[in-house]
Amino acid sequence: MKLLRIAFGLVIVFAASWAAARVATDKRRSGHQDMGEALQKMQDDDTANPGMLFVQLGGQFWAKAAGAADKSCADCHGSAATSMKGVAARYPAIPQGAEAPLDLEGRINLCRTENQKAERLPPESRELLALEAYVAHQSRGMPIAPPADPRLGAFRARGAEIYRARQGQLNLSCAICHDDNAGKKLAGVTIPEAHPTGYPIYRLEWQALGSLKRRLRNCLVGIRAEAYAYDAPEYVMLELFLMDRARGMTLESPGVRP
Amino acid sequence: MRALLAAVLAFLAPAAAAQQVVGDAIPASLTGQPGDAGRGRAIVANRSVGLCLLCHSGPIAEERFQGDLAPTLAGAGSRWSEGQLRLRIVDGARLNADTIMPPYYRATGLQQVARNFEGKTILSAAQVEDVVAYLATLKD
Ligand code: HEC
Ligand code: HEC
Repeated sequence: MKLLRIAFGLVIVFAASWAAARVATDKRRSGHQDMGEALQKMQDDDTANPGMLFVQLGGQFWAKAAGAADKSCADCHGSAATSMKGVAARYPAIPQGAEAPLDLEGRINLCRTENQKAERLPPESRELLALEAYVAHQSRGMPIAPPADPRLGAFRARGAEIYRARQGQLNLSCAICHDDNAGKKLAGVTIPEAHPTGYPIYRLEWQALGSLKRRLRNCLVGIRAEAYAYDAPEYVMLELFLMDRARGMTLESPGVRP
Repeated sequence: MRALLAAVLAFLAPAAAAQQVVGDAIPASLTGQPGDAGRGRAIVANRSVGLCLLCHSGPIAEERFQGDLAPTLAGAGSRWSEGQLRLRIVDGARLNADTIMPPYYRATGLQQVARNFEGKTILSAAQVEDVVAYLATLKD
C-alpha cells in the first residue's frame, strides 16, 4: 500500500516535470513576439489597441435586434462573457446538422441567416469584423484548443496539403516561408511563424481591422497566386491546419500587427 | 496526321525563346544580344520587378531593406560565368529541385498562378539578359 502510494507520487512528479519541460521546450513564437516593443505595448494596452474600439462596437451589435426574426445575438446567447468564452479558441468547427466546417465569421453569418432571418454580412464589413472581434475577445488569454471531432481530420489534412504546396508565379509555399525561413528577413520584414493567435487583427499597413482571410489573401497575392474566392473552403481548411499547429498557444485577439 | 504533327510541334516550340543548357549553364544570350548592366541593376533593385532583394542582399546601398534568405549577390560575377548566371535566373530548379529561388524565365509547371500573371514569365528575355550583364559586373 505504501509502495503504491510512493509509485503514485512518483508518477505525479514525473507528469508535472514533463509538462514543465514541454512548456520550456515549446519554441513556437506568436507574431506578437516578433514585433518591436512599441507595437507589443500598443496591443497589450487596451486604451491604445485600436482593435478594442471594434470590440466595443461588436458589443453594441451583439445586443441589437436584426432581421425578420427581430432578435439580437444576446436574445439567444445571453451574456457573451459566459456563452462565448472559449468559442474562438476552438473554431473552425462543424455546426450541428452540417457536414463541413465553418470559421467564426461563417458561424456568425449562419446565425444571421438561420436565427435572425437577416442578410449575410459581407466579408471584411465593419459589422462582421466587430462581431468577430467581440466574440474572439471573450477567449483572450485562453489556450488554442481545436475540438477532437474526427470529421475535421480530412479538412485539416487538405489544409496541410495547401500549406505545403508550391503555388503562384513565384513558385513558393506557405511552408517555405513560415516553417523553413521564419525569423529571417524578407526585405525588411521578419517572417513570422504564421500562428493565427491574434485574429481579427488591427494591421497598421491596412489602417484597419482585418480577418485571417485577408491576411492569407495578402500572402497569396505576394507570391502572385490566384487568391481563393472569399467564400472558398480553402481558407477554412488552412485555418483548421494553422489552429492545430498553434494548439496550446495563447489567443490574443484583438492583435496588432505592422 | 498533318494536324497532329502541327499540334505536337506547337507544343514543343517553347513560349519562351530557345535556351540551350550546356552543363550547368545557358551559354547563349536569350535574345542574341548582350544585356545592359545599368538597366539590370535597376531591375535587381526594384522590389516589384526583380524582387531579388526580398531574399538576397547585394551592393545596392540605396535599398535599405534587403533579405537574408539567400546568399549575397556581391561577388556573383567572380563565382559564376555569364552562362551559369543565366541558367540560375532562368530556372534554378534545373540545378536544385528544392531551390526557393523563383524561376524567372519559365511559365510552365506552376500551380494556381494569379490570372494577370498566367502564362507569363517573371522577367522577359531582354530583362534576364540585363540582369545577367549586371551580375557579371559584381566582382569581388
Ligand atoms: C514569400 C514569403 C511568404 C509566403 C510564401 C507566405 N507568407 Fe504568410 N507572411 C509572410 C510575411 C513576411 C508575413 C508578415 C506580415 C507582413 O507582411 O508584414 C506573413 C504573415 C502571415 C500570417 C500572420 C501571422 C501573424 O502573426 O499575424 C499568417 C497567418 C500567414 N502569413 C500565413 C500564410 C499562409 C497560410 C501562406 C500560404 C497560403 C503564406 N502565409 C505564404 C510571408 C509569406
Ligand atoms: C524567394 C527567394 C529568392 C528570390 C526572390 C531570388 N533569389 Fe536568387 N537565390 C535564392 C536562393 C535561396 C539561392 C541559393 C541557391 C539555391 O538555393 O538554389 C539563390 C541563388 C542565386 C544565385 C547564385 C548565388 C551564388 O553565389 O551561389 C544568383 C546569382 C541569384 N540567386 C540571383 C538572383 C537574382 C538576380 C534575383 C532576382 C532577379 C534573385 N536571385 C531572386 C533565393 C532567391
